[in-house]
Amino acid sequence: MSAEVKATPTPAAAPATKRRRRRIPVLSRRDRVLVLIMVAVPLLADLMFVWGPAIATVGLSFADWDNLGGLGNIHYTGVDNYRFAATVDPQFWPAVLHNVIWLLVFIGIASPLGMLFAVIIDRNIKGSRIYQSVLFLPVMLSLALIGIIWELIYSPNYGLLNTLLGHTSDSNSIDWLGNPHLNLWAVLVEASWRQAGYVMVLYLAGLKAVDPSLREAAALDGAGPWSTFWRVVFPVMRPFNIVVLVVTVIESLRAYDLIYITTKGTVLPGLELLSMLVTQYILGQTQRIGYGSALAVVLLAVSVVPITIFLRNAFRREDAR
Amino acid sequence: MDEIRTTAHDVPDAARHSVGTPIGRRTVLKGFAAFAGAGVLAACGVSGSKSSGGGSGGGGGGGGTTVTFGSNYSDPAPKKAFGALVEAGQKSTGLTVKVNTTDHNTFQNNINSYLQGSPDDLFTWFAGYRVATFAKAGLLETLDDVWDKIGSGFNDATKALSKGPDGHYYLVPIYNYPWVTFYNKSTFEKGGYEVPTTWDQMIALAKKMKSDGLIPFAFAQKDGWPALGTFDILNMRINGYQFHQDLCQHKEAWTDPKVTAVFDQWRELMPYLQSGSTGRIWQDAAKTLESKKAGMMFQGTNQVAAQYVTDGKGLDDLDFFVYPEINPQWGQDSMDAPTDGFCLSKKAKNVDGAKKLLEYIGTGEAEATYLQYDQWDVALATDASVPTYNAIQKKSVEAIGKTKNIAQFLDRDSDGGFADNTVAAAIDKFIEDPTPGTIKSIQSSLEAQAKTVFANS
Repeated sequence: MSAEVKATPTPAAAPATKRRRRRIPVLSRRDRVLVLIMVAVPLLADLMFVWGPAIATVGLSFADWDNLGGLGNIHYTGVDNYRFAATVDPQFWPAVLHNVIWLLVFIGIASPLGMLFAVIIDRNIKGSRIYQSVLFLPVMLSLALIGIIWELIYSPNYGLLNTLLGHTSDSNSIDWLGNPHLNLWAVLVEASWRQAGYVMVLYLAGLKAVDPSLREAAALDGAGPWSTFWRVVFPVMRPFNIVVLVVTVIESLRAYDLIYITTKGTVLPGLELLSMLVTQYILGQTQRIGYGSALAVVLLAVSVVPITIFLRNAFRREDAR
Repeated sequence: MDEIRTTAHDVPDAARHSVGTPIGRRTVLKGFAAFAGAGVLAACGVSGSKSSGGGSGGGGGGGGTTVTFGSNYSDPAPKKAFGALVEAGQKSTGLTVKVNTTDHNTFQNNINSYLQGSPDDLFTWFAGYRVATFAKAGLLETLDDVWDKIGSGFNDATKALSKGPDGHYYLVPIYNYPWVTFYNKSTFEKGGYEVPTTWDQMIALAKKMKSDGLIPFAFAQKDGWPALGTFDILNMRINGYQFHQDLCQHKEAWTDPKVTAVFDQWRELMPYLQSGSTGRIWQDAAKTLESKKAGMMFQGTNQVAAQYVTDGKGLDDLDFFVYPEINPQWGQDSMDAPTDGFCLSKKAKNVDGAKKLLEYIGTGEAEATYLQYDQWDVALATDASVPTYNAIQKKSVEAIGKTKNIAQFLDRDSDGGFADNTVAAAIDKFIEDPTPGTIKSIQSSLEAQAKTVFANS
């Protein structure tokens, strides 16, 4: 957003002002009112539904409130909530760690895998449409269905995986979703299964848009498929790479749904995530709105900081061209 | 202990709204205006929640002959039983009752906003500390005049459970159910096992079962709350009922050596509990008992017996015994027997009608009407005669009647969030690694967290 705002007043505005002066009288009063409304309404909506709650959350994170009684029951407690998270809450640091692992797995494995699928399918191999549909299917399935599918695969006594491995008796069954050393990875397999399909479709759209003459030229110059991709296609795909990276970062930081359907809302050891902790404290019969807000602010900071830095750099380089 | 079989997952609201006809610009503008209005109204709802105090006795407002009832009895069996109760209530009082059923997890997660927004007149809720919290916050109407009429039908323990901290009544109960150790009669016959009455006998029995190739105790903790029941019973057997209550409300410290003793006792039991419990839902643990792979299971009848019925197993082979004695000072004098019931919200529109309905619900006759569709809970009214009781229910009544102190469950006797989130997480950790080192670290962590949670209550 900030980039758009900055883009208008530029040093090259001098000739533009002349034209604008001529154009303004064309706008009738009615038009101007309409424009005003069209700007004001989204702006108000944005302030009310995005910035309002966000700022309220930051405010509440310095307070203590159980959501009972009026707003007068909100007590200001300073940074107590943050101190509690950092020093007392045994679930906080594991949650941060798991969010980081999630991010690394998405950036390092899931998204590259999706890009690989896209590149292979783009080579027009036989049955590429079928592969494409199959790989994209996880993105289209409803979460409830995904939960059931993986429950059937991972269930310790009746699950597919343990049956194949021959570990179904109670003495030797592998507890994929319960064992705190395994369950995060088990869920990451589910998540990557979905993320790879998502990235594949995004990337495939980009690959279709690459000028085929570029590839021909590369082939004529004697480049193999490997160097054609890395030296020609990948740089041309820059805008798509940015989108994929941003999507990956966002998806991994807001990771929640798969864990939720796996645990049905309880925070299991090994599956603590910041988003799970936030809802644990904000929903429910006894609520600690203040503490939940503090965790939400941590999550907000964690997601906003890298994305802002990244987007700023990306647009700056774009402008420099 | 919240609660019974959940199957429905919530569809995100956005998904529901996203389907529709193309919308014009004006519609969108109108929509925004409506949204804005709703926001303002919601704000008013919160700030205005205190102002609606006043008359508990007479004219609480002219809702006429209709009473609204918010229900979280969303599973088929309870829903049917509740339907029968409401119908009988309508017949008896001449009122029209409008029931709004919500999936029980959703209901419980939204209860605060629900009560402070525009609640139904009556709603389904739980006894004990849960009622106390809302009573203290001024969200419930007192029911003293209702209890003047129905009080004679209940014993003192039930009366105490239905009161808030101010000594006024806030709940009319409908049923409760005991937490006991279940077993299959056929398994005990086949193995020549005998019902244990002391800890040593129970451990010896578990050892024997293990050597016979059985899992001594079916056990699950993926849901977050079932293992709290084991903690509760060990705590009450070792330290007594009063310590349980004091610990729940943080009048005793979690670092107390008495709590260490509970975990140490549990450590002795660990080898006989079904492993991998943090990945297993309790329904699957009950199925292990059903299929006779497990010898025993400690949980509520509302879960184990209900699961047998759901799976079409019938209850003929199922039996239970009360948890054995550990410390002779307490014997078997306490157990968890959670009580469910109904409350009247402060913002109720038809207070008089709702009270009339509650007066009917607080009778043995009404409880019997409910229980004809319920094969695992039992009535609380002393004059209730329930011809439909099965052997499990008859034994439950007897077991509860013999027990001196009835606790509600860790997450109902304590701050619900603290129990279900914090204590449950600590117990998960203990189950994964039951060593003295873990016990020490979770005790100090629990104490540190309890200090914050109970700081201003």
